[in-house]
Amino acid sequence: MVSIAEPITKPVSRFRFIMDRREVLGSIFVAPAILYVLLLVGLPFLLAVYYSISAYTIYNPTWRFIGLANFEQIVSDPVFLETLGNTFLFTFGSQFLGLVLGKFGALLLLRPFPGRRIVRALIILPWAVPIALASVAWEWMFDSLYSVINWSLIALGIITRADAPNWLGNPHLAMLCVIVVNAWRFFPFAIVIFLAGITSVPQDVIDAATVDGAGFWRRNYQIILPMILPIVAIGLIFGIVFTFTDLSVVYLLTNGGPVNATSVLGFRGFQVGIVSGDVSHGAAISLFMLPVLFIVVIGMLRFIRRREI
Amino acid sequence: MQRVIAKTFGEISFYGAVALFVVMTAFPFYWMLITSLKSNPDLYNVTNIPFWFNEAPTLEHYRYLFEQTMFARWLLNSLIIGVSVVAITIVAAVPAGYSLARMTGRTGEALGIGIFLTYLVPPTLLFLPLSRIVANLGLQNSMWSLVLVYPTFTIPFCTWLLMGFFKAMPVEIEEAAIVDGCSLFGAFFRMVIPLSGPAILTAVIFTFTLTLQEFVYALTFISSTAQKPITLGVATDLVRGDIFFWGEIMAGALIASIPVAIAYNLFLDRFISGITGGAVK
Repeated sequence: MVSIAEPITKPVSRFRFIMDRREVLGSIFVAPAILYVLLLVGLPFLLAVYYSISAYTIYNPTWRFIGLANFEQIVSDPVFLETLGNTFLFTFGSQFLGLVLGKFGALLLLRPFPGRRIVRALIILPWAVPIALASVAWEWMFDSLYSVINWSLIALGIITRADAPNWLGNPHLAMLCVIVVNAWRFFPFAIVIFLAGITSVPQDVIDAATVDGAGFWRRNYQIILPMILPIVAIGLIFGIVFTFTDLSVVYLLTNGGPVNATSVLGFRGFQVGIVSGDVSHGAAISLFMLPVLFIVVIGMLRFIRRREI
Repeated sequence: MQRVIAKTFGEISFYGAVALFVVMTAFPFYWMLITSLKSNPDLYNVTNIPFWFNEAPTLEHYRYLFEQTMFARWLLNSLIIGVSVVAITIVAAVPAGYSLARMTGRTGEALGIGIFLTYLVPPTLLFLPLSRIVANLGLQNSMWSLVLVYPTFTIPFCTWLLMGFFKAMPVEIEEAAIVDGCSLFGAFFRMVIPLSGPAILTAVIFTFTLTLQEFVYALTFISSTAQKPITLGVATDLVRGDIFFWGEIMAGALIASIPVAIAYNLFLDRFISGITGGAVK
């Protein structure tokens, strides 16, 4: 027998054993990402834990171990306790407001209407645009003298210039402002998440429910909501984690003030650890975020897994 | 007749609600635009109607921004940081995402969830130790510190995003390439990567926007004006003493916002299918 074409013998690479074995190649493929994360997330995290139980400051970088003394001092500080309370108020206030607005907005955008794409593009803006820049715009809108909000309220005859509120100067109003700005920033994300969930519910399920006599509310809350819960849970994880640990909105709008009324954990950790250079106390303050983050994340992950089965 | 009235009323309240939402989300950006185009006497006069021009619009703030401030330098810094971070991220995240998508069994799942959780480790927890690390590496006050640190969240984010895409790609494509004589690596390099162009483009765009949006690390590591990225520069560097230059600040904020807003809108659907890939079947 004569072969029609000579089989071309390819030079066998010395690395053939790597190139061909799925488990070896797989490990090599994930290695850079894992290494990067271990070195610049894992290691700093351990460092943060160590700082919090040491007497480290940038002026006196000592590794002296002092146990839980930093935590004791922090917990007995009334400003810290206020900060902790503010953080919860800020997080849950803005997430609640954001979810309500998000659900409502998603219901509006679900229906096709002329110009929906443009409307969606405009509604996404607060979430897309860097929050630091949007915060600066809000700061200008809340300006004590030239506030456009006050101008409108005065023009509508609701208030007079004499008793126009100083939005960022009053402790309660300042808290309201940072909550509203944060909710404003997150609710487009909630809309997008709700929309993605609702459109993934098969139409025949909804039709079947309608045929069985389910009305608008029943369809929404007993059929659609349970089905989209996993995706809403993911959205909530993101929302809670990023709000609970936020620094930029508070830093730019109120700088924690007036008199610590809007100080939150991330901001306080920054003030103490970076601005004052007291690294150990700053690290200890930041670590107070951890229990809440753990609970939220573990709770949500368990919930998602249970849904999938 | 009554039905017609009820329907009209329903339509009006529907469009009214839509309009309310649009005003709520878009007004601050309209406010940026109009502030940036107003002359100072117009801006700082409380008797003027603030929603429109009372004097002729001016480009003075934009001219000042580019000629008298470091704004152009910040734009360049952000571009350099963004491009470098994108390069690092793609090199690490594309193979990792692929590998995790093809890993079967518990290890793959655990690693995938681990990566997702890393993305959730907040900057405000890590900025203290990272600022010491950055200082020890001699990178304090340099934008290269951000190039080093930003991949800590862009790599997990993109790995997670790409994992979702690679899971949706049929494994038969690789098997066919292997049958045709490719090594496994060759199949990945010659088949999987060319076929996942749109997914990788999405990862590139979102990595870039994440670097533009970041504020906490930039604020912590960088204090000299010439090294600031655009977000930090506009938000913190246009205030002289106690005086805010609102026209310039709003002009800068608007210029920095536009590319991010466009990118998000173009790639939103891919982004959503990526991050929620694990949750919706």
